[in-house]
Amino acid sequence: MHLVYPLVLAVLLFGIGLYGVIARRNAILVLMSIELMLNAVNINLVAFDMYLRDTLHAGQALTLFVITIAAAEIGLGLAIVLMVFRNRATTDIPELRELAEHKEGSV
Amino acid sequence: MNLAVAEHGFLSPTGAEIAFVLIGLVVLGSALLVVTTRQVVHAALWLVVTLGGLAAEYLLLTAEFIAWVQVLIYVGAVVVLLLFGLMLTKAPIGYSEPPDSAARIPAAVVALGATATLLTVIVDAFRTAYLHLGDDTVGSTEVTGQSLFKVWVLPFEVLSVLLLAALIGAIVLSRSRSRAHSGRKD
Repeated sequence: MHLVYPLVLAVLLFGIGLYGVIARRNAILVLMSIELMLNAVNINLVAFDMYLRDTLHAGQALTLFVITIAAAEIGLGLAIVLMVFRNRATTDIPELRELAEHKEGSV
Repeated sequence: MNLAVAEHGFLSPTGAEIAFVLIGLVVLGSALLVVTTRQVVHAALWLVVTLGGLAAEYLLLTAEFIAWVQVLIYVGAVVVLLLFGLMLTKAPIGYSEPPDSAARIPAAVVALGATATLLTVIVDAFRTAYLHLGDDTVGSTEVTGQSLFKVWVLPFEVLSVLLLAALIGAIVLSRSRSRAHSGRKD
C-alpha cells in the first residue's frame, strides 16, 4: 500500500475536525470534533509504525496511549461541560463570554 | 524508492488499497456529517460510523490490536459518554440551533488552508514511499503486547495513574454542585 493513502486520509480527517472545533457552537460537538482530530493523528502513528518497521513498535504503543488519554480527556471535558451547564444553563460556547473583554457601551 | 514506485504504480492499485480508499471515503463522509449535521444526536451516531470505519482501516494496515481497542474504547465507551453528556445537558433531540454563521466561514477558511498546506507538504514528501504489509504479524496482539510490557512499561503505568486521576477529577467535578448546595444551607 502506498503510504500517501493513510496520510492523506489523516490530513483530510484532521481538517474536518479543525473545522468542527471552530465552527460548532455546542460544547459537546466541539469535543466530538477533537476526537476526530485525535483519530487523524492515530492513523499517522500506525501508518508510520508499519512503514518504518519499528522494532520497539513506538507508533502502536503511542496510539494506545493517545486512545487512553482521549478517553480521560473526554471524561474530564464532559464533567466540565456538565458543570458549565448547571451553572449557566447553556452549553453554547459563543454565549459563554463572562471573561471576554467588553467593549464600551455593550453591557 | 523509485524502484518501488515503478513496481507499484498508482494506476494499478491492489485490493487492499481499493478497500482502504473506499472505507476512507465512508469515514470522511460521515466525519463531514459529524461536523455539519444540525441534529446533535445524529452527530454522535455518525461519529460511530467514522470511528468504526477507522477501526477497519487499522485492520487493513494490519494493526489488529489497535483496531479492537478502537472499537472497544471509542465506539464502546467514548460515544456512550458523549450521548450521556448530550442527554444530561438536555440537548434538543430534533434540530439544534443553527450553527453560528459568523464563525462558519472563517472556520472553513482555516480548515481548508491547513488541509491544503499539509496535503502539499505530505504528498510532496511521501509520494514515493511504499508500505510493505507482507507479514500480518507486526500488529498482532502478541507483538503489541510484548513491546508494550517489555519496552513501554513505565509510560503504561504512568498512564494508568493519569487515568485514575482523570477519573477522580471527573467525579469531583460532577459532585461539587451538591456539596456547594449543602454548604450554602449550613
